[in-house]
Amino acid sequence: MAKTMLEVNNLTTKYVTRFHEDVYAVDHVSLKIEEGKSLGIAGESGCGKSTLALSLMGYYFAPLHYMSGEIIIDGKNISGMDPDTVRKNVLGTEIAYIPQAAMNALNPTIRISKFVEDVIRAHDPKADKKTIQEMAKARFAELGLPVEALNRHAVELSGGMKQRVVIAISTILNPKVLIADEPSSALDVTSQKMVIKMLRDMMEKGYIKAMIFITHELPLLYNVTDDIMVMYAGQIVERGSANEMVFDPIHPYSRGLINSILVPEEGTRTNKLTAIPGTPPNLKKPPQGCRFAERCKYATLQCRVNAMPMIDFDGNRSYRCGHSVEHLREVYGHEE
Amino acid sequence: MKNEAFKDRPLCLSGKGVTKVFGYGNKANTAVDHVDFEFHEGELVSIVGESGSGKTTLSKMLLGLLSVTEGEIFFQGKPRDISNRKKKKEYWQGIQAIFQDPFSSFNVFNKIDTVLLDCINMRGGKHLPKEKKIEMMTEACSFVNLKFAELTNKYPFELSGGQMQRLMIARIFLLKPKILLADEPTSMIDACSRATILDMLLQLRDEIGMTIIFITHDIGLAYYISDSVYIMEHGKFVESGSADDVILNPKAAYTKRLISDVPKIHEPWDLSTVG
Repeated sequence: MAKTMLEVNNLTTKYVTRFHEDVYAVDHVSLKIEEGKSLGIAGESGCGKSTLALSLMGYYFAPLHYMSGEIIIDGKNISGMDPDTVRKNVLGTEIAYIPQAAMNALNPTIRISKFVEDVIRAHDPKADKKTIQEMAKARFAELGLPVEALNRHAVELSGGMKQRVVIAISTILNPKVLIADEPSSALDVTSQKMVIKMLRDMMEKGYIKAMIFITHELPLLYNVTDDIMVMYAGQIVERGSANEMVFDPIHPYSRGLINSILVPEEGTRTNKLTAIPGTPPNLKKPPQGCRFAERCKYATLQCRVNAMPMIDFDGNRSYRCGHSVEHLREVYGHEE
Repeated sequence: MKNEAFKDRPLCLSGKGVTKVFGYGNKANTAVDHVDFEFHEGELVSIVGESGSGKTTLSKMLLGLLSVTEGEIFFQGKPRDISNRKKKKEYWQGIQAIFQDPFSSFNVFNKIDTVLLDCINMRGGKHLPKEKKIEMMTEACSFVNLKFAELTNKYPFELSGGQMQRLMIARIFLLKPKILLADEPTSMIDACSRATILDMLLQLRDEIGMTIIFITHDIGLAYYISDSVYIMEHGKFVESGSADDVILNPKAAYTKRLISDVPKIHEPWDLSTVG
C-alpha cells in the first residue's frame, strides 16, 4: 500500500463579498493522492478549480476564508494553522503552487537567480550564497533548462521558458505536493509539451512526490494524470481513473465535458459536438438539490429537492447523482 | 494541393504572392512571404500555425487593416480596391471579423441594443418601423441562444466571455457579410462554451452560405470545423488541402510536428520528441 501524500477531508472555504455575502466556492471537497500519483481537476470556468488550489495550500488571505475540514500532507495536519507558520513551514517544502499566469509572476527588475535565493532564504535565512547558486545551477541543468537563464531578467526569456523557470524555482526545495494551476493554457502546443515533459521528469526523479494538475483541456489531463476529478459549482461530481473518466463517464456533466473534446484524430469530424446548455448556478444561493439539475436533461423532481451525496461504485470511482449507475448507463446506451 | 470538393464554386477571396515586410534595410522582417490562396464561396477555411507564424498579419491584410507590401488580393474575382475611405467602407460590407478577446471588442459606452441597432442601420434598415427592428434583433439573439428581452439596457461588460462572443456572432448574423474572418474566437473561452460557438459558425456557413476564414493554433479545432486547411510556418503556407487530407495524411514535417504535439485520446502522446 502506497503512502498517502495528501488527504483532504470535507474542506469548505468561502469568499466574502463586499456586501458581506458568503460564496462557498469549495464545498465539502474530499480527496486523496498517493505517493507517485497525479490527480487532474477539470471543470468549466468559475466552478472553483483555482479556489480549490489556493485552499489546499492552507494559506488564506481575504476575501478567501477557511471554514471547516482538514488538509493532511504526509501525515501532518496543516488546516487551521496561522498564515505565518504556514508560510514558513509548509509553503515550498511541503506544498508548492504554480500560478496560472506564471509569466507575469516574475518581477521584471530582478534576475532569476535572486528568486531562487529568496525562496531558499525564506526557509533557511543563513544559507550561503555560493551553495545556493550551485544548487540552482545543478537543478536547472538536471531539468534541461539553460544555466545562463539564471543570470537573465524575466523579460529576456520566452513565454514557455518563463513558465518552466517558474516551475523550477517553486520546486527547488523538493515539495511533497505540487499544485499546477493551468500551467500550459497560455502557451502554444510545442511549449506546452515541454512544460508537461518537465513536470513528468520531476515526478520520475522524485523532486515532487505527488501532483495536482488543473485545466479545462481534457485531452491534456488524460495524457498527464493518473486520476481525473470533475468539479461543478464548488463540488466534486465524479472521480475515477483517467481511462475510465474519458471512455466511461457516468455523471451527466462529465459526459457533457467529454463530448466537447476536440482532437486531430479520425472520427472527430463525424461526431457532433454537444454543448451543455445553460449557465452554472449562482453560488450565493446554491440550489437545494443537485446543483446540475437546472442544466441536466435527465433531472427529475427528486433531483431538485434532495441533496446529493458522493456515492462509491466500481471500487475506486465515485459520483454525485440521483440516478443509479445502471440506469445512467442504460440511458446513455439508448442514445448512441 | 487543393480541396477538390470546392473547385466548382465561385471564388470569394483569393491572393497571389501576398507579402508583408515590416521595417526596411537590414532590419526588414518578412512576416508573410509570397502566399497564394483561394477561398471559395461557402467554404470554411482554417489557417493553422504557431505563435509568430504570421497568421494574424495575414488576417489583418485580408481585412484591409494593414497594407500589402507586394502581391494582390482579389475579392470576388476582381482586384480589391481599398484606396480611399469610401471604397474601404464598401469592402467592409463584404468582410467582417470576430477577434480573440471578446472583452475588448465592444465599445464600453454603448448598450447592447445600440450595438445591434447600429448593425441594422448599417444595412439600410434605418427607416424601418421600431417593431420590425426589435423583431430583427430578437431573431439575431435567438440565433445565438441569447434572450433579447434580458439583454436590453445592459452593457456588454455585464455578460460573460462566452455570451459576449455569442453577441459578436449575433452582430455578424445581422450584417450578413460575404466573408467572416474569425481570429482565434474560442481561445479565451473554456472547452464547454467552445462547442456552442463552433456550432454557430457552422450554422452561419450552412444557412447563409458565408465563407468563413478561421484562424487558430489548435489543430484539433481546425480539423473538426473546417473544409480546407492551410498550414502556415514562418510566413509561408507549407501545406494546404481538404481537412481530411492534411490532418490524417500530413506531408510536411512541420504539420507532422504540430499534430504530434497535441495530446490525443486514442493514440499515445510521445513526450520524447520535445525540443
